[in-house]
Amino acid sequence: MNAPFEGLDATGLRDAICAGQRGVRETTAACLDAIEASQDTLGAFLTIERESALARAEELERSDAEPGPLHGVPVAIKANLCWEGHETNCASRLLEGWRAPYSATSVERLLAAGAVPVGVTNMDEFAMGSSGENSAFGPARNPWDTTRIPGGSSSGSAVAVAARLVPLALGSDTGGSVRQPAALCGVYGYKPTYGRVSRYGLVAFGSSLDQVSPFVTSARDLALCMSVIGGHDPRDSTSLELDAPSAALRGEVALTGLKVGVPKEHFPPELDKGTRAACEAALARLEERGCELVEVSLPHASYAIPTYYVVATAEASSNLARFDGVAYGQRVDGDGSLNSMFAATRAAGFGDEVKRRILIGTYALSAGYQDEWYGRATRARTLLRRDYEAAFERCDVIAAPTSPTVAFPLGERTEDPVSMYLADILTVSASLAGLPAVSAPAGFAAPADDPTKSLPVGLQLTGPHACDERVIEVAGLLESTSDDHLKTPSGGAA
Amino acid sequence: MSWERDGHVWISPQTGARWVPTIGLEVHAQLSTKTKLFCGCEVSFGAPPNTHTCPVCTGQPGALPVLNEAVLELAVRAALALGADVARETHFDRKNYFYCDLPKNFQTSQYDHPFCSGGGIELSSGVFVRLNRIHMEEDAGKTMHTEAGSLVDLNRAGVPLIESVTEADLSSPEDAYEYLTRFREILQFAGVSTADMEKGELRCDVNVSVRPEGEEGLRTKVEVKNLNSFRHVQSSLEHEIPRQVAAYEAEGAGAVVQETRLWDPDREETRTMRVKEGESDYRYFPCPDLPELHLTEELIESQRALLPELPKERRARYQSELGLSEYDAGVLTGSRATADYFEEAAERSGDPKATANWVSNELLRALGAGEVKAASLAELSFRPSDLSLVIQKAASGELHSKGARELVRECLRTGEGVEETIQSLGLDEVIDDSQLEAWCEEALEANPRVRDEVLAGNAKALGACIGPVMKASGGKADPKRITEVLKGLIEGSS
Ligand SMILES: [Zn+2]
Repeated sequence: MNAPFEGLDATGLRDAICAGQRGVRETTAACLDAIEASQDTLGAFLTIERESALARAEELERSDAEPGPLHGVPVAIKANLCWEGHETNCASRLLEGWRAPYSATSVERLLAAGAVPVGVTNMDEFAMGSSGENSAFGPARNPWDTTRIPGGSSSGSAVAVAARLVPLALGSDTGGSVRQPAALCGVYGYKPTYGRVSRYGLVAFGSSLDQVSPFVTSARDLALCMSVIGGHDPRDSTSLELDAPSAALRGEVALTGLKVGVPKEHFPPELDKGTRAACEAALARLEERGCELVEVSLPHASYAIPTYYVVATAEASSNLARFDGVAYGQRVDGDGSLNSMFAATRAAGFGDEVKRRILIGTYALSAGYQDEWYGRATRARTLLRRDYEAAFERCDVIAAPTSPTVAFPLGERTEDPVSMYLADILTVSASLAGLPAVSAPAGFAAPADDPTKSLPVGLQLTGPHACDERVIEVAGLLESTSDDHLKTPSGGAA
Repeated sequence: MSWERDGHVWISPQTGARWVPTIGLEVHAQLSTKTKLFCGCEVSFGAPPNTHTCPVCTGQPGALPVLNEAVLELAVRAALALGADVARETHFDRKNYFYCDLPKNFQTSQYDHPFCSGGGIELSSGVFVRLNRIHMEEDAGKTMHTEAGSLVDLNRAGVPLIESVTEADLSSPEDAYEYLTRFREILQFAGVSTADMEKGELRCDVNVSVRPEGEEGLRTKVEVKNLNSFRHVQSSLEHEIPRQVAAYEAEGAGAVVQETRLWDPDREETRTMRVKEGESDYRYFPCPDLPELHLTEELIESQRALLPELPKERRARYQSELGLSEYDAGVLTGSRATADYFEEAAERSGDPKATANWVSNELLRALGAGEVKAASLAELSFRPSDLSLVIQKAASGELHSKGARELVRECLRTGEGVEETIQSLGLDEVIDDSQLEAWCEEALEANPRVRDEVLAGNAKALGACIGPVMKASGGKADPKRITEVLKGLIEGSS
């Protein structure tokens, strides 16, 4: 395949364009060609917006305005982020053909920074899934091994960045939907502190958990991207009154004396051996550079998965109620009554996993069961948050594997929802606590089912509330201990 | 069949049994904000369908609510005006149900922590109707069923409402009517709602049950909807109470089922809309898109400071301090606009009684008869200063009473000022006595019997001559002066 930007990260690409070494149109066109060539094998994109991308590239080239921080950088947008005039179908039949009438704040901010959106990426329907296989339009495939899943729900965005089709893609992370696929695809995936990036225009799944989250190929790009999309937005009442994180790694966090907490609950016995070894090696490299590893405990970690699946599905059951065929999306008429139209539309439009979660969430909120389910989950969430507060009294960041396994084969877990839900076991805690967490490339390991293969492993670094800069800085320090982040899959474009 | 009533007791014409109704009211009032509860769309009435909408109030995927702070202010002021306790901590909940004019299929409302509780209104009978609670919520849209199908107008979706629920403290249709009248005037005087029922700004549902006098406990209650005026509320109760009694007498206990009935004002009956099968499950849960609300002392005190004197207090003061009758005091406090107009004019003119007469006999009459295009006295171009000027001119004899009335009517008709209208009507022309005497002599000659009757002691006979003189003067002569001249001529000639 062609290498549209020769392995440059977003920062490097922007610098090369601003230095006149590359044109915006040339870069955009190369990107679009590479995406088109990859579609049959990777299926990362639902729509490729060639026309609008080239028009925008030309406009940027002609403009006399001061180049923005992402000037000319091709980006991909997950299909649940509203992008005005473009199909934002959440990989659902129900929203097939729906063009967003407005743009999400994060998309607007990318555009204002000079980015060139080239297409809309594949995902698990309405962000519900951990493998990408719940897309109504077919799964995206892992570029390291196209018989395997890339992780989910932000499958297409992870694949697009891992295959170096774009240097930056937006996803959304509710319980690990960016961190887990980032780990499985060998790139950076960053879930900001809840409220650090506006949710306005992100089609809601679990409102108290959802965060717009980027995929990139370097730690410095995390800082760059967060400086663009972060910061208070008056259109989102849950947006924190904080400025965007700074655009550059400031090097203020020194490895020497940095206390890295290692929660024993996140290294469970069932953790894949290869994953454990890769993560322990990464921790050892940090230690060699002067970090102090301290054992910490998250005693309520075992509550995380049930708590997450109650809170997220309860919120989803209400958030997805609006997809009824009245005002937008596909409509299926019933027997002529309003209720039968609602039922027929939802029965035909939603996939099995979405229906399953709506049912679970509806049950969890029902009169007579609400306290037992939603109420208990809310209380458990408080306990998890307190676990982290206590742990951060003893350390600066917490490090653990992002995913208990490397990428598993397509189809392996589709018949077993609970085993699929367990893919999120190490990521949902930070989501429930609203904390900033990054999955950083941390070497490779063989999957349990095939010792001949070598697949990416991610190390998850979690910081205290609103300490996004610290998490990104530590990711940068880990990056300096190896060249794992530079390795690219053969199935990719680079 | 006519029903005899003994106070609150209804006497069955069939059996002579004595029945007592128990009534509670749920009133929705629209708060007078410029924009909607959670978006910047203008609150409008009568605009073309779907012209005051945006991604938020049409429930587009990804859109998020942002609280309009003005709603909080008005809601708090309404609570204070009704003597209720304002909660310091409150939040919005989602009330989940499917309907085509509810774009998100949940209504953002308040459930177990409404922003206020308690308060109430005292009726003239001395009964205090307690309020159980008041909460804030967003309005739904409007569905119009046409031949082409059902059409939804979302201009009203997201308009801020307060819903107040009384305890079942009312015991007659007249109580209900009076309560609503008092409730509306309190909201109007407090400036929180224009509460115009015709515009749907005030909506009322009734809950009513009946039981034999002396029976412990309440029987099954029925909800009555579609009550578009206070009269409808009263009439519907006048029909629903006997209906329930007749049902119990014909079929015994269990004859009345828990249901919602619609009032049909044309056929003067209620009829079944839907029978309740158990409690509806709205799966309320705290809205994750909106932060908790902290109602500060500052907010509450600032609203308390804005509370005007309420109608009940004003009525008392008009009687005790201004010497007005109970009836006049009632008329003048019929609306805030009327009361404010009256008070300013009375203050300026220094003659509250004359002002009261002018306001109720001329201005309110003209308003009620549709002779002026204004919804209230506040919109009149004829200001309180104009009225006080007329009153002063009449008191000083500059204008005679008939001329003054003619002047006011002309001012109302044309919108011209007082002085200009005096000139245009020629009310400033002085009619000299010799001219007046000449007209009076002519009139006496034309009606020779008048002289004899007056001399015989019948002073009223003069009336027959006043008309012709008025006519001769073109309406400008003062009837009092004409009488004097006529008397002088008759007495002088005898
Ligand atoms: Zn709106």
